Amino acid sequence: MSDHPTVDERDRAACARHWQRSLRLIAVLLSVWFAASFGCGILLRETLDQYMLPGTGFPLGFWFAQQGAIVIFVGLIGAYVLLASRIDAELDAEREAIHGEGGSR
Amino acid sequence: MTVQTWTYLLVGVSFALYIFIAVRSRAGSTNDFYVAGGGVPPLANGMATAADWMSAASFLSMAGIISFTGYDGSVYLLGWTGGYVLLALLLAPYLRRFGKFTVPDFIGDRYYSRTARLVAVVAALFVSFTYVAGQMRGVGVVFSRFLEVPVNTGVVIGMAIVFFYAVLGGMKGITYTQVAQYCVLITAFLVPAIFLSIMSTGNVIPQLGFGGEAVGAGTSLLAKLDGLHAELGFDAYTSGSKSTLDVFCITMALMVGTAGLPHVIVRFYTVPRVRDARVSAFWALFFIAILYTAAPAVAAFSRTNLIESVEDAPYRADTAQGDETPLPEWFKNWEDTDLIAWVDKNADGRVQYRPGAAFEALPGQAKVMPIFSGAPGDPLGRGKHGERLLQNPPTANNNELYVDRDIMVLAAPEIAALPNWVIALVAAGGLAAALSTAAGLLLVVSSAVSHDLLKRGFAPNLSERGELIAARSAAAVAVVVAGILGIHPPGFVAEVVAFAFGLAASSFFPAIVLGIFWKRTNGTGAVLGMIAGLGFTISYIVYFKFLGGTPDQLWFGISPEGIGALGVLVNTAVTVGVTLVTPAPPAAVTEMVESIRAPRRDPGAHAS
Repeated sequence: MSDHPTVDERDRAACARHWQRSLRLIAVLLSVWFAASFGCGILLRETLDQYMLPGTGFPLGFWFAQQGAIVIFVGLIGAYVLLASRIDAELDAEREAIHGEGGSR
Repeated sequence: MTVQTWTYLLVGVSFALYIFIAVRSRAGSTNDFYVAGGGVPPLANGMATAADWMSAASFLSMAGIISFTGYDGSVYLLGWTGGYVLLALLLAPYLRRFGKFTVPDFIGDRYYSRTARLVAVVAALFVSFTYVAGQMRGVGVVFSRFLEVPVNTGVVIGMAIVFFYAVLGGMKGITYTQVAQYCVLITAFLVPAIFLSIMSTGNVIPQLGFGGEAVGAGTSLLAKLDGLHAELGFDAYTSGSKSTLDVFCITMALMVGTAGLPHVIVRFYTVPRVRDARVSAFWALFFIAILYTAAPAVAAFSRTNLIESVEDAPYRADTAQGDETPLPEWFKNWEDTDLIAWVDKNADGRVQYRPGAAFEALPGQAKVMPIFSGAPGDPLGRGKHGERLLQNPPTANNNELYVDRDIMVLAAPEIAALPNWVIALVAAGGLAAALSTAAGLLLVVSSAVSHDLLKRGFAPNLSERGELIAARSAAAVAVVVAGILGIHPPGFVAEVVAFAFGLAASSFFPAIVLGIFWKRTNGTGAVLGMIAGLGFTISYIVYFKFLGGTPDQLWFGISPEGIGALGVLVNTAVTVGVTLVTPAPPAAVTEMVESIRAPRRDPGAHAS
């Protein structure tokens, strides 16, 4: 028995780290999702309606509910596409290192 | 050219295009038929998903509902777009990596249970049929209003077209047809929206005009609209009348329901790679958002136009005094189609528009709808000013006007006096929206029967060819059933839509999300959770919609449309509770979950 983990164990550990990163990304994006729609568009709507979206005739809470949140949703999925690909690429690189030196293939 | 000539021309050309595309992309295998060979580019898939998602309801009814409910209508805008965030982040990439054909496939494999698969199949069939009946009806209504054929003939023509490309082309035919349908429907929605925006606010972009200054008013459009509402005694347009909790719950139920609808989820099986599933979710929401941000603008413009053109206007042109404008021609056209009605309560010959219903429902009517005394051409059915008389008794309030919500999009070009070709374009767009959604749903029905019920259920020895024949036959039968439902709609179509979202939310969504994010979830927990969630949601909706539950009995004032939000919690709680006291799932299942969480190792990705 060596102290060094096997290639397979290291692959599993890399996958576990990838999963943790994915979960963190999802949690952050979903917080924004909730804040924009349920937060600003619904729960805080009355408070926000006292203000106008600068330069327009939109009461702020109303704007979130009928325009802003939808635009933010599109942005969130866009951010997810980019960041999730980056997380996947990190895993690819880690695996390349693990399997490369292990000489498998 | 007349509106009718234009309509025949535009509808004819668009239908020829759909059929041409369908013939070009016939399905050769079950893989083609169910998931378009898994080779659709993400941009095209995003467009197809958007067309699939935006139904006759989104296209024709949503702006109308928002127009009449103001802020309260936000639940649809938020619910039907926010669900895509849940879908993109929590479901799409993982289901794509799982890589089978249908939602019941995932439920059945993940929970190693035929019962789970069957529960999923039944829910998928119910949701899809509910939806598709409404689409066929929408096709019929557009045909009857613009081509002046009976509603039923319209439904049959719609059936023939869908039959042709869904049965022949399967998912492959449908996907490429939907790309064309998206282009037709978005043009049809935006052109009148842009005209309306220019006329109301002088801004070319409706989304900006919505927040802009009203022409000639010196205030913003929304302030002007709120002012008109206050004058007539309506709740302010920008604040609505539903309670915050109810708005919260309905939005949540619609969002989670959207993410759980089988015909939406299945779209993400059709792209080549996991990354493409994410990218196509982005494009799908992007294309949906174009219509969903324009719809509330159209709603506000139309609302303002409606109030300004009818309030206190004399019905008869020759009774107008001074420089008054009499009631416009479109009012009478739509009155002739039974969708507008006027009761001259104070006998002044002028329309007064106030809150509340203008007249009572007749005995046996589920909701207040006008029943006229005679056909439009019958002079005996006309009153003193030439208005059509009603059988419904008037109410005690001083509102004299009934306007069906569904006409706001169809009538908006007429209200704004736009050219004939714009009106025809809206008709073609409405048909594109209804047909694309109907086709997508029929495919779910067909795959649920041929794949989940036969191949993976009762007839596992079915050959590839046999399965393809079964899939086509199932699609054919489904088209006919959908058509019959469209011709003889059960009186409760609108009510059942609450079901579709409630059911999808309280059954599929928790089962799939827990299946991916909590390895420990086992079959017993998931099955009992789905049954509990469905049972709870169905009971609440049936009690309040069909068994005469009264509004003061609602739990915390949550309307039946929003109960799916609690159904999700019930499902989740039962699944977690039962899972914790029953044995862990088999090792093979845990490994399957591991494998869908991480991308597969692709040794060729970096090496050259």
